[in-house]
Amino acid sequence: MRVKAKRDLLSLGACLLLYAIIQLLIEVDVIGQFWVLNIVLIGINIILGVSLNLINGFTGQFSIGHAGFMAVGAYVGAVMTVKLHLPFIVAILAGAAGAGILGFAIGLPTLRLSGDYLAIATLGLGEIIRITILNIPYVGGASGLMGIPRLTNFTWVFFATVFTVFFIKNFINSSHGRACISVRENEIAAEAMGVDTTKYKVMAFTIGAAFAGVAGALFAHYFYIVHPASFTFMKSFDLLTIVVLGGLGSITGSITAAILLTFVSAALAGYPEMRMVIYSLMLIGLMLFRPQGLFGNKEISLKFFNRLKGGSPRDAA
Amino acid sequence: MTLLKTSKLGIMFGGLRAVSNLNLEISSGELVGLIGPNGAGKTTAFNLLTGVYQPTEGTIEFDGDSIVGLKPYQVTQRGIARTFQNIRLFSDLSVLDNVKIAYHFHVKYGLLETVVRMGRYYPEEEELEHKAIQFLKIFNLDGKKDEIAKNLPYGEQRRLEIARALAAQPKLLLLDEPAAGMNPQETHQLMEMIRWIRKEFDLTILLIEHDMSLVMGVCERIYVLDYGMVIATGTPQEIKNNPKVIEAYLGEEVQ
Amino acid sequence: MDSSSFLMQFAQQLINGVSLGSIYALIALGYTMVYGTIKLINFAHGDVYMVGAYIGFFATTVLGLGFLPALLLAMVGAGILGMFIERAAYRPLRNAPKIAVLITAIGVSLFLEYGSMLLVTPQPRTFPAVLSSTPIHIGGLIINSQQVLILGVSLFLMVVLTYVVNYTKLGKAMRAVSFDTDTARLMGIDVDKVISYTFAVGSALAAAAGVLVGVYYNSIDPLMGIMPGLKAFVAAVLGGIGVIPGAMLGGVLMGVIEALVSGFISSTFRDAAAFGILIIILLFKPAGLLGKNIREKV
Ligand SMILES: Nc1ncnc2c1ncn2[C@@H]1O[C@H](COP(=O)(O)OP(=O)(O)O)[C@@H](O)[C@H]1O
Ligand SMILES: [Mg+2]
Repeated sequence: MRVKAKRDLLSLGACLLLYAIIQLLIEVDVIGQFWVLNIVLIGINIILGVSLNLINGFTGQFSIGHAGFMAVGAYVGAVMTVKLHLPFIVAILAGAAGAGILGFAIGLPTLRLSGDYLAIATLGLGEIIRITILNIPYVGGASGLMGIPRLTNFTWVFFATVFTVFFIKNFINSSHGRACISVRENEIAAEAMGVDTTKYKVMAFTIGAAFAGVAGALFAHYFYIVHPASFTFMKSFDLLTIVVLGGLGSITGSITAAILLTFVSAALAGYPEMRMVIYSLMLIGLMLFRPQGLFGNKEISLKFFNRLKGGSPRDAA
Repeated sequence: MTLLKTSKLGIMFGGLRAVSNLNLEISSGELVGLIGPNGAGKTTAFNLLTGVYQPTEGTIEFDGDSIVGLKPYQVTQRGIARTFQNIRLFSDLSVLDNVKIAYHFHVKYGLLETVVRMGRYYPEEEELEHKAIQFLKIFNLDGKKDEIAKNLPYGEQRRLEIARALAAQPKLLLLDEPAAGMNPQETHQLMEMIRWIRKEFDLTILLIEHDMSLVMGVCERIYVLDYGMVIATGTPQEIKNNPKVIEAYLGEEVQ
Repeated sequence: MDSSSFLMQFAQQLINGVSLGSIYALIALGYTMVYGTIKLINFAHGDVYMVGAYIGFFATTVLGLGFLPALLLAMVGAGILGMFIERAAYRPLRNAPKIAVLITAIGVSLFLEYGSMLLVTPQPRTFPAVLSSTPIHIGGLIINSQQVLILGVSLFLMVVLTYVVNYTKLGKAMRAVSFDTDTARLMGIDVDKVISYTFAVGSALAAAAGVLVGVYYNSIDPLMGIMPGLKAFVAAVLGGIGVIPGAMLGGVLMGVIEALVSGFISSTFRDAAAFGILIIILLFKPAGLLGKNIREKV
């Protein structure tokens, strides 16, 4: 058997073990409700951060409308269970599909833009999505959609997160992923090397949007209610902070940042203004002193630690 | 057999005719030079051939088909690869990844196989890595495969760009000032290398170059461009003695 | 609705739109000038407008100043703030990747918003009635005296700006820097100083808009800059970012379109209209109404 394939199985096994441990601790009540809530939020934030990183960090397309796709996932998912009484898994998949399809439809025309223009267009589209939802009475309009069953639990979140991370990690470490990265590195050179840059930009955008949809569906089914106000561009900025703090182009960076920021958020929950001031100073400070984020575009892995002890450079994953 | 044929090819930028009435005809296996003073329109000609700019007039036939209107990546997939005058590597990626990306459109595994890492994923990835390293060996870069491209010395970056273009497995290779910034020794090595790869890969090569020793040394035929127009064409010997060429290069030295 | 009353309503919305639009235009000018010089979407610009409104508020309530002195104080204060932001947050990143600067701008924006909340509480404040508001009837139309004031002040400031940009040494330097920064530097222009002044001027204009809005709507709060800021940016893009008359045209158009959408369709779609315009412009004429297309050299 291939060494690399073996490594895949090993990391899968490690995940299962982690799951078993945390689940056990929840069962015996060592981890209480408050911590479960935060673990659920961490998972959701990891899904959002990693999927946004695929778009912003790996493909280099600066999108700040991710909350819009999360909103679509949340609402489509909630409609599935609340209005159509379908099972949860259908809700998650439908949320992913809804957000993914919208991502595709939006990405195709807008990804011709680049840099600032793309950023502002995605911001605008995110807001348009939110305002549109606000004007649909079927899903409760401005007062939100209520009475959503709490179907999200640690198990769902954990496996959705693991699935997302592996999906995107495997994608990145493939020819398709390298094509995306080449777009970030130098779009003109990428085209000259035979990479259909439009296709890969749209692909990354669609995949990223679909996973934001998954996160949205999980989110909706944990908090009983979804509300358009939860998905303003401030939420998109939050997600951007995760990606930038962890490092554009680092999956493990996004995971670490999602964990860190969720805790910071929880600790400062009583002081919402202070929380945002700290966030903002962190963003500014980060850009001034460590613009590449915590991990740059490197990944943390066992190999990485070996290297710290003086091993060979590069190629972590 | 004619591989590339342009006729009356031209482009305007606002009021500026950067290239006009360009008629190139290049046969399979030829090694042709494109020279001319700065701003003559050489790079623009490459950009027209590779679909980066769309011509305002004229036709381009490659391998029997018109390639006007194709996107750059489609042109590359048809078999024209290039390097850039101002190096355009994937500068934050490893040397190996730079070459791997050029292979991208030859890879057959799909998205599903990628994500579950089954089917053709591992076999093809291994083959790809193997082939990419082979290319790096040719250019004596295999020892640096894990280095980040931007950390290579200038001459090696130029070589890596050629290796990357070759990995796209083109029929026609366009080199835009490959020796720029190289010292005489490096230039000489490059000359040898260009000769060698043409034979080894059955390539046709069109190269832009300022270094006359290189152009005169390796090219069998030369086009001279001035103000967007071909002012002379012929063997290096004929070009050297052409009064129009000498006039165009007035002040510059034709050795 | 018969045609004459339709026309009346249309004209009324036009009036409302133009006065709202001139506010957008004032803010949009700052976006466009900054973008013109350092190619940065200064996300914090809308928040400078908010700070301007607060300075105006405290100048009238605490210091007891009248409208004009308060306006001037706000403009000066915001101008200094703008210069400070540029110096502290953007200048160190002059050669950094664009994304880094844009994220910094988002950071500065959040900092101003939530920093203000800590400082002056999130509660909206009622702007004192420094000027009386008398409706002026012309035919069947009503023009508020404050609308006249908004129009007058904005028009005056735009004329001054146009003069400064076109006929003074500073203005020429600004245009040189925006045309080609490197060449301007070689020509002996102190580029850093010009950029600094550009921020000062842009911020002062935004502050004027902030005070005018405070006077007109009576209410200000720390998040008041978000939406107008975004819309003013849209206005700048609509007119052609980097083009000064474009910002004025874009601002007024934007105001009119919004007024018409809220008057004839629904006010809940007002914000969506702005972003809809943005997307359409970006997709079909990214250089904006008065901008020029440029093509990247390869
Ligand atoms: N994208 C463009 N827009 C406007 N002018 C261009 C563009 N690309 C090239 N030019 C102009 O076309 C002419 C030829 O340039 P180029 O092909 O780069 O010359 P060279 O022969 O040195 O490679 C020059 O005058 C250059 O300024
Ligand atoms: Mg050239």
